[in-house]
Amino acid sequence: MTVQVSTELGADWATRYAGACRDHYRRVLLDIARADPRVICVDSDTGGLEDGFAAQLPDQYVNVGIAEANLMGVAAGLAATGRIPFVNTISSFAATRACEQLKIDVAGNNLPVKVVVTHGGLSGGHYGPTHHALEDMAIVRTLPHLTVVVPADAAETERAVRAIVSTPGPVFLRLGRSATPLVHERPYEFRLGEAVTVRSGDDVTIVATGPYPVHFAVQAHERLAERGISARVLDLHTIKPLDEAAIVAAASQTRGIVTVEDHLRIGGLGGAVAEVVTEHRPCPVRRIGVADGFHDEVGSELELLTVAGVSVERVVAAAAAL
Amino acid sequence: MNLDDLAGRRWTIRERILRMGASPTGAHVGGSLSAADILTVLYGAVLDVRPENPQWPERDRFVLSKGHASAALYAVLAEFGFLDPAECDTYGQAGGRLAGHPLRRLPGIEFPTGSLGHGLSLGVGLALGLRRAAASQRVFVLLGDGELQEGSVWEAVMAGSHLGLGNLTAIVDRNGWQISGTTEECLALEPLADRWRAFGWHTFEVDGHDLASLHGALTAAPGDGPRVVLARTIKGSGVPMFENRKKSHYVTMNPALHQRALAGLRTRSRM
Repeated sequence: MTVQVSTELGADWATRYAGACRDHYRRVLLDIARADPRVICVDSDTGGLEDGFAAQLPDQYVNVGIAEANLMGVAAGLAATGRIPFVNTISSFAATRACEQLKIDVAGNNLPVKVVVTHGGLSGGHYGPTHHALEDMAIVRTLPHLTVVVPADAAETERAVRAIVSTPGPVFLRLGRSATPLVHERPYEFRLGEAVTVRSGDDVTIVATGPYPVHFAVQAHERLAERGISARVLDLHTIKPLDEAAIVAAASQTRGIVTVEDHLRIGGLGGAVAEVVTEHRPCPVRRIGVADGFHDEVGSELELLTVAGVSVERVVAAAAAL
Repeated sequence: MNLDDLAGRRWTIRERILRMGASPTGAHVGGSLSAADILTVLYGAVLDVRPENPQWPERDRFVLSKGHASAALYAVLAEFGFLDPAECDTYGQAGGRLAGHPLRRLPGIEFPTGSLGHGLSLGVGLALGLRRAAASQRVFVLLGDGELQEGSVWEAVMAGSHLGLGNLTAIVDRNGWQISGTTEECLALEPLADRWRAFGWHTFEVDGHDLASLHGALTAAPGDGPRVVLARTIKGSGVPMFENRKKSHYVTMNPALHQRALAGLRTRSRM
């Protein structure tokens, strides 16, 4: 499905998509909800939606407070009465605290609940490990019927949010918290389940998901080019269903694959890509991600990623060694 | 349907529960028998549902939050036309539809349940969705008493009263037992009525085996907030050898035991 994005909303591309994915999501949600009365914003005291969304569309808003297990169940109940609930919480609370309700009540029943989470990966920065989510993708990509989407920037967030409204089943949309670089520099085709080729290349492939990982992959492409290495860069925004064709093509057409993610090296994008190539087209795979462990260093998102070994330098080194 | 008619059917429903308990897998017989009269009144005289069209959009909604009482639900669904009574003989069998905890693909099942602490949240969502659509249907959720030890239940209890869901009724099967003993030994629930009242729910306390009392509480005119019916029940109700016995929680019966249980049931049904 191709997503139509109105160009009337704003300004030039870079101005329109500056800022945090989270803020852009909230603007787009309001826009969608105005046009579709089935959409209901289900809040869990995330902060800000009560002044923004609720002030504009009070009849399409409910706040269930700091109670994430109940949040998922209420959303499932609402969906069973014909609503399209957009559930708002932090990734760790959705994927781990309320995992069972997400699994059984939302995903198991294949209901059109759109779980939109912030603080994916290390984007919680200085808030610390209670507000980081480094295992969320590994968990949610095992859940039945669930589409899992990780936009790389605000432009992709808009396209993803507009696409998931009309997806019949449940969705887990993983966002960060703070502003991240714009990686898509011009209008492009976005389709759920299809990787975006951000840079073409024939020697190696870098597959990335999420804001900084895709940004690092694009930077690595430039540096590798200086060394005479042509690196294909795929923005794999949909973790489930996975674009197996794009991965198999990369495994067939290039020397190997480097995966990049703001997530544990266990079970996330790297794991998913490795599963596909192992079965369909074995090739070298190097996984750039966060090492196993409980990460309680203090720092910004970018600093924590660097400490964890998710950086342009690591991507370049891994790709050059393939 | 009048309550005198239901008074006879409640024993047929119990016989059917025992039959599932005598299946190779056994069943949660104690908690099914304690819930039998509640479910009988709900399906026989309270819920506005259509067995010939289980997905009828105007239907009242029911969620069996204590999903382990599936044998009671199947027995009742069979009694009131949602299932062919013969299908109860497929309980627990490979390829069948009757699992130990109910599945959504069964007619009349709104949500699959069995993991405790989920059902009331689902009920809050259903009630909120129906109210926002200005629909007049009601939502009923049957919980176990041991289930109230799950914290998520109290998240939903808070939401129900905060949102003023007058179309929502919770029913607690207060049989007093859980697997490891009485609720009060394991993790005390009393003073249970005071707790629900403190959380802002209209609280009714009834004899959960008295059909008229159950009917009265479940059909009282909806008010400005949610209500809870605390139904005092007997675990294993109707079968003397199972009544108020810890071991009746999950029962597997050989043919001899099954006959003994049925004989006990008949002494009660003739009383």
